[in-house]
Amino acid sequence: MTEIPKEEYILKCTSACAGCSSTLSLRYVLKAAGPDMVLVVPACCTSVIQGTYPRTAMNIPVYNIAFAAAAACASGMSAAYRKKGVKTRVIVYAGDGGTVDIGLQALSGAFERGTDFLYICYDNEAYGNTGMQRSGSTPLGAITTTTPGGKVHPKKDIDRIIEAHNPPYIATACSAYPLDLFQKVTKALSLEGPKFIHLLAPCPPGWRFPAEKTVEVGKLAVKTGSWILWEREHGTLQVSGPSRAAMKKRVPLDEYLKMQGRFRNITEQQKQELQRNIDRALARIACEVKQPCS
Amino acid sequence: MYEIRIHSRGGQGGVTAARLLADAAFRGGKYATASPFYGAERRGAPVVSFVRIDDRPIKVYSQIQHPDMVVVLDPSIMEAVDIFQGLKSEGEILLNSSHPITFEGYRTHCVDLTGIAIARTLVVAGSPVVNTPLLGALAKVGIISLDAARAAIRGMFSDNRNVQAAEDAYGELVL
Amino acid sequence: MRGETAMQLIATGNKAIAEAVRQVNPEVVAAYPITPQTEIVEQIAAYVSDGTLASQYIPVESEHSAMAACIGASVTGARTFTATSSHGLLYMHEMLHWAAGARVPVVMANVNRALGPGWNVWAEHSDAFSQRDTGWLQVFVSTVQEAYDTTIMAFRIAEHEDVLLPLMVNLDGFTLSHTMQPLETVVVGDFIPPLHLPHAIDVAHPRGYGPLTGPDEFFRFRWDIERSMRDARKVILDVEADFGKRFGRQYGPIEEYRCEDADILLIAMGTFGKEAEVAVDDLRREGIKAGSLRVRWFRPFPVLDLSGRDVVVIDRGYSFGFGGVLTRSIQATTKAEPFSVIAGLGGQEVTYRDMAGFVRNRRPGEEEWFGVNTIV
Ligand SMILES: Cc1ncc(C[n+]2csc(CCOP(=O)(O)OP(=O)(O)O)c2C)c(N)n1
Ligand code: SF4
Ligand SMILES: [Mg+2]
Repeated sequence: MTEIPKEEYILKCTSACAGCSSTLSLRYVLKAAGPDMVLVVPACCTSVIQGTYPRTAMNIPVYNIAFAAAAACASGMSAAYRKKGVKTRVIVYAGDGGTVDIGLQALSGAFERGTDFLYICYDNEAYGNTGMQRSGSTPLGAITTTTPGGKVHPKKDIDRIIEAHNPPYIATACSAYPLDLFQKVTKALSLEGPKFIHLLAPCPPGWRFPAEKTVEVGKLAVKTGSWILWEREHGTLQVSGPSRAAMKKRVPLDEYLKMQGRFRNITEQQKQELQRNIDRALARIACEVKQPCS
Repeated sequence: MYEIRIHSRGGQGGVTAARLLADAAFRGGKYATASPFYGAERRGAPVVSFVRIDDRPIKVYSQIQHPDMVVVLDPSIMEAVDIFQGLKSEGEILLNSSHPITFEGYRTHCVDLTGIAIARTLVVAGSPVVNTPLLGALAKVGIISLDAARAAIRGMFSDNRNVQAAEDAYGELVL
Repeated sequence: MRGETAMQLIATGNKAIAEAVRQVNPEVVAAYPITPQTEIVEQIAAYVSDGTLASQYIPVESEHSAMAACIGASVTGARTFTATSSHGLLYMHEMLHWAAGARVPVVMANVNRALGPGWNVWAEHSDAFSQRDTGWLQVFVSTVQEAYDTTIMAFRIAEHEDVLLPLMVNLDGFTLSHTMQPLETVVVGDFIPPLHLPHAIDVAHPRGYGPLTGPDEFFRFRWDIERSMRDARKVILDVEADFGKRFGRQYGPIEEYRCEDADILLIAMGTFGKEAEVAVDDLRREGIKAGSLRVRWFRPFPVLDLSGRDVVVIDRGYSFGFGGVLTRSIQATTKAEPFSVIAGLGGQEVTYRDMAGFVRNRRPGEEEWFGVNTIV
């Protein structure tokens, strides 16, 4: 049994929206990391939920940095701590926009240089801070304020981009499975070098579902195969429990889509494309798990 | 110049209310500005917006210091904010409330905007829409005409229940 | 002849900018959201989506790319627009120099906002001031109507053959971008002629663009930018006069209010410059002969005649270790010895009553940080 520490590093007074799953997840991330850490946060919802100076809702040092700069800033921090012989962990908690769009260059650089840090991208599939515009991570068919008719481009596959850097650890997680997240953060922090966790974080106002459904929506993402939980340690892929179950028996995709107002304009054709992408991703994983690539 | 401060909660439509009011005043031949004050706050947090109405172009952008009227869309806000701050003596207060409340030294008008919205099934994402009935109440108080209120509402909402809600509030508010 | 008035509505500064863009109908819009500019991007995306704006809208992944995409589009001879604010403007910085150096008439709305850290989304002019040496024309507007009119004129000025430089329309974050005021829209008609970019890429006549350039030619190219900046003064006057003739509203390099017989001038930019007029009215009632001078065009910087008058400058941007940016600009171009008030950084609330106080308590030659200290 994994024991989750009782210490809280994020206080209840955040200004997050009701049902904000990225804030719930951050709570577990911080519990897994413990107090000897610095959280680096680029512009995103997490820069707002901390509250307003001189108050803060966080009980660990949080370094806020410009939107594109999180991974590079963390590189500098990590280099300085290692030079000083200090073990303090450097963790980036960034949104999908700050990761797959404007922050991608700095992120790729930090991974290529083998920076010792953990980069967590919480993915609410749009720019939440500025009121839900599209990001490269917004799925096909989703309405955002800059895709009022539904997005016509598919979601960028950031995981395969990061995998191409051959990091020692990369995993996906989902806010609806906090224990899985906790274990993955713990595992990541036990390894040296650049680690990446891609966390799906349903966002009630952005995805347009009632706040109390936030766990249900997250679970459906996994059960329909829209979001696959896995981890890759030193190249070896392992599918996580909830997704192993989903691979055997999947809930129809519609169950997930129809809970969210952002998909109300989605076309039949787009649904089929989403379905094909799910099938393809699951097939690729199933194939690799059966015959690990050398 | 007539200055109005609207207190509401984030997500309650206070900003839209300010906009509708300025729009209606403008349609009534006046100059009007509406400016929401944005904090970095989210849904549920107290928000204020300002509306100015005048016969001449309005050049002031700073926040209203001494309103002629204060509108309170959610009375529970009074526990957190001082709605009387700077309010002119003899100033008016318009309260969204199902029961009458009076405040000494001010002219207080109470109308059950929430009840009207619910009766007209004007509920969006679980919250009753109080800003369109508010316009009817403001017309009754004489800030704008009922016709201008109707026109402004029609300009923003296609659903006629919004206009009906404004008419309900106009009828229900007793001066 | 008065031009046709399309409609009267009540709109925010951001909405007015988007409406102006819809009216001018640029071929390409590439933009990235940032508070408090976001409404402009969202509104343009909505117009493109509902078919009322025919532009190609590129939802780029950063502001650096927004400006680079505008440059790429512009050099094919296409009319382009973008909008940003604060950190977004700074993230474009390299491309701003590039746009001016490449002589592409990109038009951009910049919603003025402070720069972090700490994060602050409210009005301040430091973002635009920090780009003042990039070769962009810069104008600061003070009302929703002016934001609309100026954005329309911006295309004609920037694209004029004697200018061919990019142009930034600045409006104060929230105080103007989110304030609703009456707006009268126009039908531009032939007020905006087709864009002719003499150096547009032409595959039939291949040329190299921006290759390695030696010191002598490079130096001449830089002088060309300055020459166009100087020529822009006249172009601005002409275009604004034509706009006034057609549509009934005329602006200018500066806006003067009760300045003719004034002993004291209150100088400011953006919305402060409009609210200052209310302060002037109050001061006049007290018998103080004040006038308000709003600096509208910041690049090219206007020629000011301040002789024989006391000057109070309200500065919404600061050059650390040097002084208020507007104050220093005025000192460099006139003989005035202003009382320099640094106020409104990060959205600090400054009312017309405060402004009247600056005039009453002026100390020529000194600097004051409003609300923090009284004498520097
Ligand atoms: C250079 C720059 N451009 C734009 C912004 C405005 N901005 C702040 S946060 C944000 C979106 C963040 O989206 P994401 O990374 O997905 O995080 P979320 O807000 O969804 O948590 C934007 C566009 C900025 N701060 N800096
Ligand atoms: S917008 Fe979404 S991600 Fe941002 S704080 Fe609200 S719920 Fe969380
Ligand atoms: Mg996001």
